[in-house]
Amino acid sequence: MFRRVLVKTLGLVGVTIQYGCIAHCTFEYIGEFVLCSGPSMEPTITNHDLIFSERLSRHFYRIEKGDIVIAKSPFDPKMNICKRVIGLEGDKVCTSSPSDVFKAHIYVPKGHVWLEGDNLRNSTDSRTYGPVPYALIRGRVCLKLWPPHSFGTLSKSPNKRIIPSE
Amino acid sequence: MKVSSVLLGVSFLNMGLEGVDGMAQRAGLGHRYIRAFISGFFVAVPVTVTALDRLAYVARVEGASMQPSLNPQGQSSSDVVLLNRWSVRNYQVQRGDIVSVLSPKNPQQKIIKRVIGLEGDVIKTRGYKNRYVKVPDGHFWIEGDHHGHSMDSNTFGPVSLGLIHGRASHIIWPPSRWQRIEPSVPAERMPLLNVNEGSDDQD
Repeated sequence: MFRRVLVKTLGLVGVTIQYGCIAHCTFEYIGEFVLCSGPSMEPTITNHDLIFSERLSRHFYRIEKGDIVIAKSPFDPKMNICKRVIGLEGDKVCTSSPSDVFKAHIYVPKGHVWLEGDNLRNSTDSRTYGPVPYALIRGRVCLKLWPPHSFGTLSKSPNKRIIPSE
Repeated sequence: MKVSSVLLGVSFLNMGLEGVDGMAQRAGLGHRYIRAFISGFFVAVPVTVTALDRLAYVARVEGASMQPSLNPQGQSSSDVVLLNRWSVRNYQVQRGDIVSVLSPKNPQQKIIKRVIGLEGDVIKTRGYKNRYVKVPDGHFWIEGDHHGHSMDSNTFGPVSLGLIHGRASHIIWPPSRWQRIEPSVPAERMPLLNVNEGSDDQD
């Protein structure tokens, strides 16, 4: 009797571990669901939107200019940020805000990306803390799931911050 | 960093056990064997990947940047270290720990260095653009033990804590060098003062 209970418990623990591991691999290597908060990506992503972020393009280094990514915040690794990639390594980006008279440009250093929110007036991003290491990127946002009326893929950048490469 | 061999080894072991189990039943041998093979595969691979991601990871150290702590004989032999990933899950490290970090210059590369300064520390640099640096929030200062032969914070500045990958806890190969790695900071590399903890803790 006691033995049967033990065997059953062990079996249950084993199955739990197995499914936990499968879940970990799915979330770590395929994609995850993220609930966004904060105004920095308005109007593309508004507060409390549910989005799906896929991990594959980050693992295969297929992140492109204009993609929206989830990244670890460089100043607080436990916090995640959701921003648009404005420049990859070697790209020229504008570091000043659109209202500035004098435009300042820099080239993004090797292994880094330049991230900016779509809501330029209310976003803490690379304009404050500079380029972000590529390895901090966790995934690329590919689908918006909630609210239902805005279900679908995400729109292009609403402001002309991306400088097309020659 | 070699991971594939370990992973395949474990999964084959698991599949072997499942295969014996299937054979014992002596019915539809080939069919059962293949089914056991596939189900064993689906158990072994996720479990192994998760263990390597969450608990610990084995990696070979290349290069001379951590001499004499790691790779003391240079080219002739390279150490294999156990990277404890569980202990850095909350991004907590001590000064003196040897950690592996995703390189900020090249995301495909992992580098292994010693933690010299934590957030708030004021560090005297060796050949960085500023002579003294205050490590910003969420960052740390890492250096190789072999000064001059190491790409470290003296080249690219403070590194974000989010790039940490694991803490080297043991040297496991070669067997003669099997040992636990204790944190230690060279006396002359201690931080000058820490802004967050107050300035009276230096000695």
